[in-house]
Amino acid sequence: MTDKPLIEMKQITKSYGGIRALKGIDFHLYQGEVRALLGENGAGKSTLMKILSGAESMDSGEILVNGETVSVTSPKRSRDLGISTIYQEFILAPQLSVAENIFLDRLSERKGLICWKALCQKAGALLKQMGFENIDPMTKVGDLPVAYQQIVEICKALSREARVLILDEPTAVLTFHEIEKLFQVIRKLRDEGWGIIYISHRLEEVFQICDRATILKDGTLVGAYELRGMEKKDLVNLMVGRTMQNYYPPREINIGQEVLRAEHLKAGSLVDDVSFQVRAGEVLGFYGLVGAGRTETMRALFGADVLQEGEIRLEGNKIQIRNPSEAVKNGIGLLPEDRKKEGVLLKLPIRWNTTLSNIKTFSFWGIHNHRREREVARKALKDLHTKYGSLEDAANSLSGGNQQKVALAKWLVAGCKVVILDEPTRGVDIGAKREIYSIINELARAGTGIVVVSSEMEEIMNISDRILVMRCGKITGELKKEEITEQRLIQLAMGVS
Amino acid sequence: MEKTGRKWDVRSFIKHNNMYVIFAALLVVCVFLSEDFLTGNNLMNIGRQQAGLTMISMGLLYVIMTGGIDLASGSVMALSSVMVTFCLTTHEMGMAAAVGIPLLLGGLFGLLSGVLVSWLNMAPFIVTLAIQIMVRGLAFMISNGNPVLAPADTVEGLASGIFLGLPVLIWLAIAVVLVFWFIQHYTTFGRMILAVGSNDTAVYLAGIRVKWYRTGTYIIAGICSALAGIISVSRTGIGTPQVGVAIESDAIAACVIGGANMMGGEGDVFKTVIGVFVLALIRNIMNLMAVPSYPQDVIKGIIIILAVLLQTLTSRKK
Repeated sequence: MTDKPLIEMKQITKSYGGIRALKGIDFHLYQGEVRALLGENGAGKSTLMKILSGAESMDSGEILVNGETVSVTSPKRSRDLGISTIYQEFILAPQLSVAENIFLDRLSERKGLICWKALCQKAGALLKQMGFENIDPMTKVGDLPVAYQQIVEICKALSREARVLILDEPTAVLTFHEIEKLFQVIRKLRDEGWGIIYISHRLEEVFQICDRATILKDGTLVGAYELRGMEKKDLVNLMVGRTMQNYYPPREINIGQEVLRAEHLKAGSLVDDVSFQVRAGEVLGFYGLVGAGRTETMRALFGADVLQEGEIRLEGNKIQIRNPSEAVKNGIGLLPEDRKKEGVLLKLPIRWNTTLSNIKTFSFWGIHNHRREREVARKALKDLHTKYGSLEDAANSLSGGNQQKVALAKWLVAGCKVVILDEPTRGVDIGAKREIYSIINELARAGTGIVVVSSEMEEIMNISDRILVMRCGKITGELKKEEITEQRLIQLAMGVS
Repeated sequence: MEKTGRKWDVRSFIKHNNMYVIFAALLVVCVFLSEDFLTGNNLMNIGRQQAGLTMISMGLLYVIMTGGIDLASGSVMALSSVMVTFCLTTHEMGMAAAVGIPLLLGGLFGLLSGVLVSWLNMAPFIVTLAIQIMVRGLAFMISNGNPVLAPADTVEGLASGIFLGLPVLIWLAIAVVLVFWFIQHYTTFGRMILAVGSNDTAVYLAGIRVKWYRTGTYIIAGICSALAGIISVSRTGIGTPQVGVAIESDAIAACVIGGANMMGGEGDVFKTVIGVFVLALIRNIMNLMAVPSYPQDVIKGIIIILAVLLQTLTSRKK
């Protein structure tokens, strides 16, 4: 790390309508450092990065790149200044090859003709530089695993001779091994003198990969800190701005009768003879690496994917679930993994989202009772401490955490006996995470059987009464509350005993 | 924790209601361009002429709101018009059958489209294009390609009858529009078609029978097209396989001018009606000004592009 700032952002302000998203932020990035940018959702991280990457314009302030004042007026301008952003959702053309994606805006060297050989060589050289010579530049990007797609994104930045890389939640979709590989790449770039801005909600990773952290809260700068010598809870306290003692709220455990029993479930290659049962008031955790078959198991159970074999019993009675509609009728709810694509109707009113699953109960001969629906929706959202403007606002007006609460509210309204939560706190800020844990507790206290799928070890260790670990489509172990240790979980998930 | 009170925003009002602005502007232009425009007779004519297109647009709107498309409207309309006269003349059936059978057929072809789209996952554009070709062929087969005169004293009362100062036909169109408005705002079905169009995966995972709702919209669209066919017989007195060629493109234009999103999840009944009348005014004023037919189409196309352009410009995020 040198003391030469690559990027200096001075007194940046930005308002959306009447809301001041950034209230005079200073941000520095030095050569050869990995800088964490932390804060709860809505703290202003993404706005600040959007300004740096040219996707948004600032109201006032100054940006210096390599000591010179610049105006970042467009994403292209930002790229030309050597700043590359890799968003959570990759900007890749899945039907095109790796090489084409890397050089998409510069495919031909002259007269509109493409020289495939040169293109492949150039792409191959970049991949090799990253240590991924095993990726064939002519493979279709859509056929690559997500981790490799991310490498393609990084190669894109590399090919533009970027000096600054902004990574927004880069590990959200990666497996354990892939994360390690990504970190190798990041360290390599850092040692070559790049400045890297790392945005993540996963604090363990921040400590692994970052040198310093800049923390924002409510659009103001809390400060910039050397991470050496700090602990996770210090960061949390700075981000939240108050001491968070019981991060995982306590719960009175009151486990009753078995509500759901799944036996010998089989669906595709990732659900291979899976059996489990969950009791009323119990929180059953499903841990495993990404791709272990947890989501697939839940989808098959819920009828979203075809269940090839297996038996499902609800309160002892055998039931058949051929589609989600039958699952819901039987009192089973599923909060899907991908909130924006599967969980909420972003463009539609909050009210509609809240009552989606049992909309029919609000109608008499197909005629809808708006007033009763509003009352029910309002109550459910209040129970979940959801912050919203009006019931008629579109769901995308809400923060990630509140969207998740709206998605959850529909199962509350539907009065489910079993609720399956697939990665319920993904992409949600710390405050909202804690609230979601409280909601899980509340549901369990009311006697709902709860299944939580999570890849966050600390989370699943703290909220579950019992954990099942999956690996390659099979259940590899069951840990009772008192048996749960980090080590056991990793061993079971990775298949080492 | 609901917050109340919000500023009334002119920009967002224009964004969501620009079709009214376009319509009002056209109306003013029409009044100035021709003194014949603002006569009871002319306005009544416009209303009568647009009854069929209004109904087709209503049915199509629901399909579009789910993110689908139905290109078979014109053909189903033709088949229906042929069937009406076929039932009345060749088989000497009563009025009930002569109206009921075409409606039933329209619904059945809608069902076919819906099943192919929902259960067999075929692209709506292709499915309904095939049905368009097929049904038009059927209409020609049944009529041997000839227009058939409807017997006197049968369906023409629909067009010529007057009730409370307005032609029965216009009342019928108003009724259809009100029913569609009611369905959109006060029924589960109306709610669900928008939801399906907005994000069908999420709706499916919420336990909703997405396929049924989607199929329902095609059935309704088929029935609406059949109704338009019956109306056409009542207005012209003949059933012909030539009627309604490309009327679905007018209906699509009406929906889009009315703010419907072709990707689904957005659309409004009244605004679509305005869309129908924007098209009607363009046609009418050009007729009154004696613009020849071929240039009319060119101008109409340009105006549709301008109308939609205005929409995308005002609704684009800043």
